[in-house]
Amino acid sequence: MKRHRCPDHYRVLSAALLLCMAAPLSQAQEGPGGALLEGFAPLEVHGFGELRGGYRTQNDRAAKDVSVMESRLQLEVSTFNDWADFKYKGDVWADGVTEQGHYDARETWVFARPTDFMDIKVGRQVLTWGTGELVFLNDLFPKDWQSFFIGRDMEYLKAPSDAAKVSFFSDLANVDVVYTPQFDSDRYITGEYVSYWDAARQRHAGSDARVHSDRPDQWFRDDEIALRLYRNINNYEWALYGYWGFWKKPAGQAPSGAAAFPDLHVYGASVRGQVGPGIGNAEVAYHQSADDESGRDPAVDNSEMRYLIGYTQEVGRDLTAGLQYYVEQMLNYGPYRQHLSGRWARDRYRHVITLQLTQLLMSQNLELSLSSYYSPSDEDAYLRPSVNYKWTDNLTLEAGANIFLGDHPHTFFGQFEDNTNVYTAVRYSF
Amino acid sequence: MKMSLFIVALSLGVSVGSAAAADSDGLTVEEIVQQANHMALYQGQDGTGKVTMVITDKQGRTRQRQFNMLRKDDGDADQDQKYYVFFQRPADVRKMVFMVHKHAALAQDDDRWLYMPSLDLVKRIAASDKRTSFVGSDFLYEDISGRNPAEDTHELVRMTDDYYVIRNVPKQPHTVEFAYYLAHIDRTTLLPRKLEYFKKGDRLYRVIESSEIQSITAQENGKTVTYPTVTKSIARDLENGSRSEMTFSRVRYNIGLKESLFTERYLRRPPREAIR
Repeated sequence: MKRHRCPDHYRVLSAALLLCMAAPLSQAQEGPGGALLEGFAPLEVHGFGELRGGYRTQNDRAAKDVSVMESRLQLEVSTFNDWADFKYKGDVWADGVTEQGHYDARETWVFARPTDFMDIKVGRQVLTWGTGELVFLNDLFPKDWQSFFIGRDMEYLKAPSDAAKVSFFSDLANVDVVYTPQFDSDRYITGEYVSYWDAARQRHAGSDARVHSDRPDQWFRDDEIALRLYRNINNYEWALYGYWGFWKKPAGQAPSGAAAFPDLHVYGASVRGQVGPGIGNAEVAYHQSADDESGRDPAVDNSEMRYLIGYTQEVGRDLTAGLQYYVEQMLNYGPYRQHLSGRWARDRYRHVITLQLTQLLMSQNLELSLSSYYSPSDEDAYLRPSVNYKWTDNLTLEAGANIFLGDHPHTFFGQFEDNTNVYTAVRYSF
Repeated sequence: MKMSLFIVALSLGVSVGSAAAADSDGLTVEEIVQQANHMALYQGQDGTGKVTMVITDKQGRTRQRQFNMLRKDDGDADQDQKYYVFFQRPADVRKMVFMVHKHAALAQDDDRWLYMPSLDLVKRIAASDKRTSFVGSDFLYEDISGRNPAEDTHELVRMTDDYYVIRNVPKQPHTVEFAYYLAHIDRTTLLPRKLEYFKKGDRLYRVIESSEIQSITAQENGKTVTYPTVTKSIARDLENGSRSEMTFSRVRYNIGLKESLFTERYLRRPPREAIR
């Protein structure tokens, strides 16, 4: 979490100063232009200011009533010259949950097309691939589940990577290689914003029992490589994936008792394209828990197979519906059961059905949407209804909820039941 | 039984069309429609332009859209096309990219993608209804990408000093919201100047007018040519009282856009032609 949280007020202040300095710089385009900006396109400066507040709808002994409360400024500065594109995007916000100021650089990168067959993007960047809608099999780039569950904008589901992405293009196939020199974990549930089931203590926990982790952080040794080989054949998008790194959220225990990130290798494939009147997608991934392939080590999570099949179709005017079926299969279930020592056990198969509905109304200025996950095996569910209205081209109003339902305190979504929240936000974009 | 009725209806439509084709500057009605379709959508091998839209609702509130558009034709037969749209305004869609591989074949849906830069997400769009609003304006998706002439039967209803007036009746009425539309096609340039959409009972409810035409100079096979181009058009929805004005600027033709611009590579990172 060290990159995410930055309680050091000086760093927050200096970042804010930097952001403020960028604004007058953009005026430079009008004037004669300094030598510094010679050969560069005029700086483009954009961003938004946002107020967002949300409350838990029930009492959570392990967390505050406030689920999200923040005033946020995002600033984005971009330009380009003959050989490259440059972009910076950063957020500063005052956070009522942590009662601190925060700064997060979301993008700081240089992009170049040195040859006809190659693209390079180096720096902090947001990365996504794979075919799942809010379900990730081969996309091992960092996610921010905390932001997602407390009702921040969808943009924040993706946490940035500090990485180099090199892409090669040919008629035969295209290749993306992403090298992350220092492991970027998910911004997983730690108890800070969202309370959770603490399996070690067998109880519901929150900010009173924050997850302490032993995260691999050696530069160039604790690194990650992600690979995608893809090709478009008659607009059917085929892809093969590989990943060599670590489980993105704690998936084991270090001897010290801290949560650990064991080695993970992932191999997978996907296809997406037109099927009948809609878009079909299928994806599969083998998550090889490389520190313990036998599954006998109770301190390391099982290897898994993950399967996804989905279909999206326009079912009415400006109304889109998407249905997905997703399965996680534990591959060494026997040894896993043996080592549980009386603790609650996961099922061998976790089945999840997702349904997405999006309706646009009032000249597409009003969006009603519902994302829902339902697991018949875990007997739990997660619903995300939201309403988004563009009052003007600049001003957007939003309200929504994150509803967790479950019969058991320890299932994937059920453990978050007390975090069920409603939120509202107003954003001014410029 | 149903099938045979359909065939009868179809052949009636065709025969009405050809009967009316009589004398119209020596062109049959089908030729006029094909040429108007060419002029509206297929001039040059490729093209780029900057589009500004102002949408005004009944209360007079306005919203703006701004995007750069690239287009490339597959072959010379006025069939499949590729479109690349790079949004600049409003702020919440800025730098999003909308890409279309348009298929002229009636049975084949267009392939559409949307790229959302804040998530680095390439989305396939499942929308198959072409008669929904384009970016919240009074223009429909089909007004931008073009309605395939083969979807309608055509009849020349009259000829004025300036226009051919053609009545277009959908062959599959249940797929569209109109009963028919009248196209006023300029007799000199063969550009459509006015489209009037009617619902049942001859009730006019929607009008699109080309209010400004410019001659754009371009190179074609080493020769300098001019393409008359609609640079301003207005769509009015008479039912809800809103109107959208679309202005094209910086129009260029035959710039030699590469085929590869219309792939995932450039969806994720736009070409310079689109950003400027």
